[in-house]
Amino acid sequence: MISLITKLGDSFLYMVRDLGRMGLFLLSALMGIFSRPFRFRETVRQIQIIGANSFGVIFFISIFTGMVLGLQGYYTLRKFGSEGMLGSAVALSLIRELGPVLTALMVTGRAGSAMCAEIGIMRNSEQIDALECMAVNPFRYLITPKFLATIISLPILTQFFNVIGIAGGYVAGVILLGVNPGAFYNGIEQSVVTEDINLGIVKSFVFALLVVWICTGRGYFVHILRNAGFGAEGVSRATTQAVVLSSIAVLIWDYLITAIML
Amino acid sequence: MSPAIIEFHNVVKSFGQQRVLDDVTVSFESGKTTVIAGGSGQGKSVTLKLILGLLSPDSGEILVNGRDITRMKLRELNKIREKFGVLFQGAALLDSMTVFENVALPLRERTKYKSQEIAQRVRQMLAQFNLEGHEDKFPAQLSGGMKKRAGLARALMLQPDIMLFDEPTTGLDPQITMDIYRLFFTSQKQFGYTSIIVSHDIPKVFNLADQVVLLKKGKMMTFSSPEDIPLSSEPEIVSFATETMGHIYSSRKMEHNI
Repeated sequence: MISLITKLGDSFLYMVRDLGRMGLFLLSALMGIFSRPFRFRETVRQIQIIGANSFGVIFFISIFTGMVLGLQGYYTLRKFGSEGMLGSAVALSLIRELGPVLTALMVTGRAGSAMCAEIGIMRNSEQIDALECMAVNPFRYLITPKFLATIISLPILTQFFNVIGIAGGYVAGVILLGVNPGAFYNGIEQSVVTEDINLGIVKSFVFALLVVWICTGRGYFVHILRNAGFGAEGVSRATTQAVVLSSIAVLIWDYLITAIML
Repeated sequence: MSPAIIEFHNVVKSFGQQRVLDDVTVSFESGKTTVIAGGSGQGKSVTLKLILGLLSPDSGEILVNGRDITRMKLRELNKIREKFGVLFQGAALLDSMTVFENVALPLRERTKYKSQEIAQRVRQMLAQFNLEGHEDKFPAQLSGGMKKRAGLARALMLQPDIMLFDEPTTGLDPQITMDIYRLFFTSQKQFGYTSIIVSHDIPKVFNLADQVVLLKKGKMMTFSSPEDIPLSSEPEIVSFATETMGHIYSSRKMEHNI
């Protein structure tokens, strides 16, 4: 019994320490935005890696998500004779929820895992120590460009997801299942308001921060993560942890933001 | 005796239950070469990280040029770090950069030189370290010896006062090991830095040493020369000397006793 309490206490203390470390990490990364010299070219390079290179995968995910929504929505709405509301159902589902969430999850899987592994390997091979020894701030040099690139890219990718998703819904609903195109467009125009778009944008900014924070943070602290092990195994476990934690955080914050803003 | 450039006063450092440094007091002399020797896991690399401020001691003071780095703010610590050059065990070159970019990094980040001047200085340094023609290669395309040479070139770009070497010859064949030692000799002569070398390469590395620090069970023992080690009154140190340094050094003890 005492050993169980000791273990619980130990885990709790570890969690508090980890949260504190991650909190300071977030502050240092954000402070890096204001440190000079600003790494403009590296930030642009990261935007290409995290954002531009994700367009392909986002295109496929969004078009098929939109098509599935169109298909499912059509058969559900037909039961109530409301096929004309299909455009509204597809657009609202995408703009408010699925666009920001699925884009964040895709960026976590594609770019977040890569960021975590890259920084973890740099930590294990003493590259981050080398930067510190040269009096180069590793946050400004390494982490901040990734933060900025993710925060810029994710909202843009989310809007791209929404547009392609709605087009997918149109293909499935209007072209394949014969819903009236005018009714489809009208449904979107009548139901989507600025608040819906704002909700999606706020979510995508918050998700971007969560994803880049957790993924780079797990990599940065790979050497002190409990149960992560060392070397390649440590990096692989840290990367798994980063993807799982980011995905959970995105879904929890999705609920919280919706509850606050609706 | 030269003045101390780095001093440890009653330094304690533990990781969990393991006390790696136990109330250590030691000083490293300016302009000299100190070799830190000891078995694996005895805290040699931890000592280097404490000197660099990458780790903080649990208690005690670490003075660099008389200033305690354990109580410094990061900005002040970075000023001190500018005096250091470090050659890491695996050279720690940045993977995503070419050899040229790696060696240019300290100049780009810490000086206001124009890109032409940086390029000229980097090329000069690369030529000195026999790395001409390899400027555009990435670290993954280099041999172990070339990585170490590039790491040393990068560490020396800002002409540091103190050079720290973490296992500089581990994993290298005997000929490349000798090349690294030759580079060490010539670069120290040229730049006049104080050096602290952590190495397993005993007794070869002792040829470089003005002072030897032995680490054992959290304690540090300083010897003014490698030859003094077998003359120690402690049987554990003598057995360490016999095991690691061989008969040449143990025979000196016999001569001494005669």
